[in-house]
Amino acid sequence: MLWLKRILFSSVGCKLVVALTGLGLVGFLVAHLAGNFLVFVGPEAINDYARQLRKFPLILWILRLGLISIFFIHIAFTIRLTRLNKISNPQKYAVPSRELSSFASRSMILSGLTVLSFVLYHLAHLTFRLTNPLFEQLGEYDVYAMLLISFQNPIIVCFYILSVCLLMVHLSHGISSSFQTFGIKHLKYNKIVENSSIALSIFLALGFSSIPISIFLGLIQ
Amino acid sequence: MRFTLFIWRQSNKEEKGRFKKYQVDDISSSMSFLEMLDLLNEQLINKNEDPVTFDHDCREGICGSCSLVINGVAHGPERGTTACQLHMRSFKDGETIHIEPWRAKSFPINKDLSTNRRSFDSIIQSGGFISINSGSVPDANSTPIPKTIADKAMDAAACIGCGACAAACKNSSAMLFVAAKVSQLSSLPQGKAEADKRVLKMISTHDKEGFGSCTNTGACEAVCPKEISIGHIAKLNREFIRAAFKSDLNL
Ligand code: HEM
Ligand code: FES
Repeated sequence: MLWLKRILFSSVGCKLVVALTGLGLVGFLVAHLAGNFLVFVGPEAINDYARQLRKFPLILWILRLGLISIFFIHIAFTIRLTRLNKISNPQKYAVPSRELSSFASRSMILSGLTVLSFVLYHLAHLTFRLTNPLFEQLGEYDVYAMLLISFQNPIIVCFYILSVCLLMVHLSHGISSSFQTFGIKHLKYNKIVENSSIALSIFLALGFSSIPISIFLGLIQ
Repeated sequence: MRFTLFIWRQSNKEEKGRFKKYQVDDISSSMSFLEMLDLLNEQLINKNEDPVTFDHDCREGICGSCSLVINGVAHGPERGTTACQLHMRSFKDGETIHIEPWRAKSFPINKDLSTNRRSFDSIIQSGGFISINSGSVPDANSTPIPKTIADKAMDAAACIGCGACAAACKNSSAMLFVAAKVSQLSSLPQGKAEADKRVLKMISTHDKEGFGSCTNTGACEAVCPKEISIGHIAKLNREFIRAAFKSDLNL
C-alpha cells in the first residue's frame, strides 16, 4: 500500500484525488438540484420526497457518510495543495502581471472556502433547523413550509444566490480542469469540454437560485 | 528612446534584494532587450559601479539561458519570444520597466537577475536515457512515424528549458517543462520502452526539487517562448496514471 500512498501524495496524484472527489460532488449537486425542483411540483411532492429519504435511515446515513468523506477529502487535499504551493512560491513579483490566466482558476481556494462556509450555514439552516425558532412548530417533514418562511427574508435569499454564484465560479474552472487532470484532452473535444463545463456550472447556479427567487417573488405560495 | 528601469539588485543568495532605479537614454528601437542591458552595464562599469548580472548565452532564442521577468511577465510582453529576442520597439518611449529574476523556491537567486536552475538539470537527469543502438546513423525511415505524431513530438521538443513556465506559475509548478520532455519522448517509438519509468522518476524529482502542483491555470503556456500547449500536461497526466496504476513500477 505504500506505493498507493506515494502516488496519491505526489503532485499529480493529489490532483487526481481532488478531481475525482470534485466530480463526485458535482454528481451530488445534480442529484440534489433534481430533488429540489420538486418544490415546483407542489408541497406534497417535496415533502413526500423528504419523507421517503428519511424512511431508510441506514441507506440515508451510508449516502451521507459517503458524501461527507468525499467533501472532507476534497477539502483536505486542496488545503494541502494550496499550502505546498505557497511554500514553492514564497515571493510574488513586485509588478502584478497582466492577466495570464482566468480569475476562476486563480481563486479556487477562495471560492472553495466560501462554498464551505455556505454549506455549513445551509446544514444548520435546513438540515438541523437551528436558525429559525419558527421551524420547531412545523411538522417534521414540512420542508415546503420551511422554505416558504426562510425565503421571505431578502438577506437569506441574497446569501443563497451569492453562494451558488461563487460555486459557479469554482466549477467553471473546476469541471474542465478535472478533465485536464485525468489527461482527457484532445483538440477535437477541448472546446466541447470547456463549453459544457461552463454551461453546467451556469445551469447549476440558475437552478439553485431559481428556488429562493421564485419563493421571494411569490411565484410559489 | 529613453527608459526608466527598476532592476532587482541582490548581491548573493542570502541577501535581501531590492529594486534600484536606472535611467537609460539613446536606446535604438531595434536593440534587443539584452543589448539595452549591455549598454546600461557599460555605463555602470565606466562609473566604477557593479554591473547588473543576468543570464544569457545564445541570444537567438534557443539555449534557454535568458530569464527576465519584465513588467511582471516572464520573457516580457511579446508572445512566443525569449527575452533575448525581444526588441525595444515593443516598448513605448519613456516607459518605466521593472526587471526581476525568476521567482520560485526551486530557482534560488545567484546574483541580481541570475538564478540557479540546477533543479531542472536534476529533473532531466532523473528522466534517464532511451535505449537505441549506438554506432552508425540508422537508415532514414527504418522506424515509420506518422507525420502527425512526429509533429506533436517536435512541438514538445521545442522546449528550451528556460523555466518561464515555473516562473509564471502561481504555484511555481514546472509541469509544462516536465510535460514537454515526457510528451516528446513517449510520443515516439524510440522513447516508448522507458516511458513508464521516465514519467514516474521525473514527477518524483519535480516534487522533491520543491516545485508546486498544477492548477491548470494556463499561465505557463501564455509565457512559454516556444508556445508549448498545456495539452502536453494532459498527456503527462495520462502517462503518469498509466505508469502508476498499470505498470509494475513504483513511484
Ligand atoms: C460542492 C462543493 C464543491 C465542488 C462541487 C467542487 C468541485 C471541484 C472540482 C471539480 C475541482 C477541479 C479539480 C481539478 O482541478 O482537477 C475543484 C478544485 C478545487 N477545489 Fe473544489 N469543490 C467543492 C468545494 C470545495 C471546497 C469547500 C473547497 C475549500 C477548501 C474547495 C477547494 C478547491 C481547490 C483549492 C481546488 C483547486 C485545486 C488545485 O487545482 O490546486 N472546493 N473543486
Ligand atoms: S539567451 Fe539563449 S534563449 Fe535567450
